[in-house]
Amino acid sequence: MRPEDIDLVVQLCAARAGLLVDPGKTYLLESRLGPVARRENFGSIDDMIAALRAKREDRLAWAIVECMASSETAFFRDRTPFNLFRDEILPTLARLRDGEPIRIWSAACGSGQEVYSLAMIIEDQRALMPGAKLELFASDLSERALEKAQSGLYTQFEIQRGLPIRQLVRHFEKADEMWALAPRIRQMVRWRRINLVADLSAAGRFDVIFCRYVLGSLVEPMRVRLLENLARALSPDGFLFLGLGETATGLSEAFQPVSGRPGLYARNPSFRAAA
Amino acid sequence: MKTCLVVDDSRVIRKVARRILEDIGFEIAEASDGMEALAWCRAAMPDAVLLDWNMPMMTGIEFLRHLRLEPGGDKPTVVFCTVENDIERIREALDCGANEYIMKPFDGDIIASKFAEAGLV
Repeated sequence: MRPEDIDLVVQLCAARAGLLVDPGKTYLLESRLGPVARRENFGSIDDMIAALRAKREDRLAWAIVECMASSETAFFRDRTPFNLFRDEILPTLARLRDGEPIRIWSAACGSGQEVYSLAMIIEDQRALMPGAKLELFASDLSERALEKAQSGLYTQFEIQRGLPIRQLVRHFEKADEMWALAPRIRQMVRWRRINLVADLSAAGRFDVIFCRYVLGSLVEPMRVRLLENLARALSPDGFLFLGLGETATGLSEAFQPVSGRPGLYARNPSFRAAA
Repeated sequence: MKTCLVVDDSRVIRKVARRILEDIGFEIAEASDGMEALAWCRAAMPDAVLLDWNMPMMTGIEFLRHLRLEPGGDKPTVVFCTVENDIERIREALDCGANEYIMKPFDGDIIASKFAEAGLV
């Protein structure tokens, strides 16, 4: 790729989605953009970028940004956040909400492993929380990621990353070369395309937000924006999960870490006044 | 150091599995079928067994049935590692006392992930 084309992609990603794209990683850029160029019937990445410059077509611009946003994930990634959700957060919220809906959001859900891990936990724990009403939401910037996630179809490699075999047997069926998640789990989730650094005021209010490994993928000013967006979307007594090693501290006053619980944040009580 | 017995009739698979498991801190013994594996276990019970299904002499599932009846044979964590990927086969393995199940082809990430599920790392 030509340096000026790389710059264009870097700027486009930053402007539209706050994404931090390293212009030095030519290989990553080309491996992501190549399939988009083929799908959109361009002879090469260069042709696609030339068309983008000439027409500034919104749909193509988003296709380019979305392919740079996607990242790999796994079922029950990092394990501990899911144990914490199952053993502490879910029972606490079930008691506090006492039959009122508990709303859980997997923000930047990618191909769906995170939200489906939560859905499997809820399904497996349901008998312990009679009367609890749980609502699962998942969003991603990428339409293609959402399509894949909604299909609930995973390769044999994907279902062997993080998913215990007993969960596989309980919740999946073989479908030719793929593994299909049971409809009763898939149907627990509602999906939406959401740009996390845009105006989120219409997104609704959530009791638990999983937004892991997004913070580090954003340009600096957008990290603050993301955290404040999430704080507004979180109930005052709700919880935010960030990726392990990611921190809100020093970026925004909106959240405070929950001590002894790596990656877990609560809303700062003074945030509302500041907002 | 935890020990893992790698049971597979393919020397290549045993070698690949050995390299991966040594990297995550296991001491490795090898057996090329269920009979040999059972002899190993009678001499020294390993902490973990990585177990192929289809092998000459004694299959993985036959080995597992025998193992679980041996004195101390309930101790090892058994992880199947096989091309068998029918859900009925997986259920059968779990019913016989397998702790985890890997479908070939595998890589280092899958082994590490599955050994973590099984509480071995």
